[in-house]
Amino acid sequence: MSDGTKPVLQVENLQTHFFTKAGVVKAVDGVSFSVERGQVMGLVGESGSGKSMTGYSLMGLVDAPGRIVDGHIWLNGVDVTRHDNADWRTLRGNRVAMIFQDPMMTLNPVLRIDTQMMEAITAHHHVSRQEALKRCRAALAQVGIASPDERLQAYPHQFSGGMRQRVAIAIALLNKPDVIIADEPTTALDVTIQGQILFEMQKLCRESGTALIWITHDLSVVAGLADKIAVMYAGKIVEAGSVADVLDRPMHPYTSGLLGSVPSSNVRGKPLRQIRGMTPSLLAIGSGCAFRDRCDDRAAACEAMPTFDVSAPHAARCHFPRLP
Amino acid sequence: MAAEQTPLRRFWSEFAESKLALLGLAVLVVVMVIAVAAPLLAPQNPYDLSQLDIMDGKLAPGEQSAAGKTHLLGTDDQGRDMLSGIFYGLRISLGVGLVSTVFALGIGLTLGMVAAYFGGWADTLIMRIVDIQLSFPAILIALILLAVFGQGVDKVVIALVTVQWAYYARTVRASALVERQKEYVEAATVLALSKPRIVFRHMLPNCLPPLIVVATVQVAHAISLEATLSFLGLGMPVTEPSLGLLISNGFTYLMSGKYWISFYPGVALLVTIMAINLVADQLRDVLNPRLKK
Repeated sequence: MSDGTKPVLQVENLQTHFFTKAGVVKAVDGVSFSVERGQVMGLVGESGSGKSMTGYSLMGLVDAPGRIVDGHIWLNGVDVTRHDNADWRTLRGNRVAMIFQDPMMTLNPVLRIDTQMMEAITAHHHVSRQEALKRCRAALAQVGIASPDERLQAYPHQFSGGMRQRVAIAIALLNKPDVIIADEPTTALDVTIQGQILFEMQKLCRESGTALIWITHDLSVVAGLADKIAVMYAGKIVEAGSVADVLDRPMHPYTSGLLGSVPSSNVRGKPLRQIRGMTPSLLAIGSGCAFRDRCDDRAAACEAMPTFDVSAPHAARCHFPRLP
Repeated sequence: MAAEQTPLRRFWSEFAESKLALLGLAVLVVVMVIAVAAPLLAPQNPYDLSQLDIMDGKLAPGEQSAAGKTHLLGTDDQGRDMLSGIFYGLRISLGVGLVSTVFALGIGLTLGMVAAYFGGWADTLIMRIVDIQLSFPAILIALILLAVFGQGVDKVVIALVTVQWAYYARTVRASALVERQKEYVEAATVLALSKPRIVFRHMLPNCLPPLIVVATVQVAHAISLEATLSFLGLGMPVTEPSLGLLISNGFTYLMSGKYWISFYPGVALLVTIMAINLVADQLRDVLNPRLKK
């Protein structure tokens, strides 16, 4: 057990690159952040910004042709970056757990819920069947599933989408992990269910002291859930800070562009605002700020990569940060 | 929850939609009962040479033997009661078909799953062997193997397994490649479950439907292949005739009007294979999601 002030997960200059025939794709290119116990961090970005790849890197699940080429991941003070597969296996699903986007797909359709939950426990701990069942029941009750005994006997197709995601969350909670990485887990759910799940997750993290990294493209979700936010663009964190700082006083033009694109902040009857241009291909960024082609504040200085102050409570990777 | 409809019950009601398939299933059940209970049902033990009297040879259907027994389907050239011969022959045919299918399924399934899950050189090696195997006609490989091994039930089974495992390996690999991409496999990896557990407990049950269909068709193939081999004199020994050998025995007398020695075993073989194919056809329709209404 680490104390509350020491980060449970610290990532420093993480670089995950994919070596393809067309060239090296720097999916994650120098990402640094830290999360404390019970803290919720929102990792926000467009499709292809490297947010999911960051999540997979934290699970040690980068498939060929990808590889973590540089940087460090400290989990409870241990550098896990150079762990081999066997070492990772003791951590995965045990100290770090992951929740996926589509609950229809993450549960095996032919196995009962109890089978799928029990094996998550027995993969890491030698416990009796009774003890394992007890833990499954407790986990299901924790995520708000009524009559867990009956539900354990059911197959995934007998659950609704929201219930399935609850089961998936219960599986992630089974071994009381230090960190849960949630990869857009509410995107496939309708809004009311999404609200319930967000509320439950927040409560669970507070109670159990589990750190949560919530990967999403939905700023409204993060606004209500997270303690702090990191905004990713083209493999790099472009802005990081507390929720209030980043959402109310964005410093980076990309963040303010994202916030401006949220339909509710636009004026009725006018065309919706958007960030012009497309996400650049990760193969053809070159040196310099990756956002410069889409930026209104572009200047000569943008041909050089701006620096990023990791230690500051609110920082942006921009030569001309918008002052609060 | 809606009316309790278990997957098994739904499967059965869909299967029962085809009357032809039900007929096939009924015939198959009868044939299987006959095969299992052959020693109780047959009027004579056709493999016990002391019960055979060469003087009773080639009796026409319905004729009586010297000992006063009526032979409903006649006798062959050894004086063997045809009805008993067919009952015992079905026993061999179905037994050989099922046993070889089970072994071929086991081998093909394991290798196919390994090829699909691990990929790389394991996949290349296994699938190239499958390709080579499937590029030769099954009967040719079986003939060569039996020419080397000699006759006998065990040798026939080995030959059939050798020519059939490749079909299963290819089928299971194709569906396992699809399953491997599904998120539940990734979720299982994230839980750090062991590889054998992911492959056999999680992926395998999801790959079964096409395998069930292939296996049913392959039982029919195995039976006809065994009959062919026996007909050619390479399968079962002469003292324990299977259907193929009974047909072969009567073949020489076919032109002299003694049709029954070949005809009735032929009908039995035809009916058995037809029944299996009818069942397999309907199984394919029920288990194939693309043909669902």
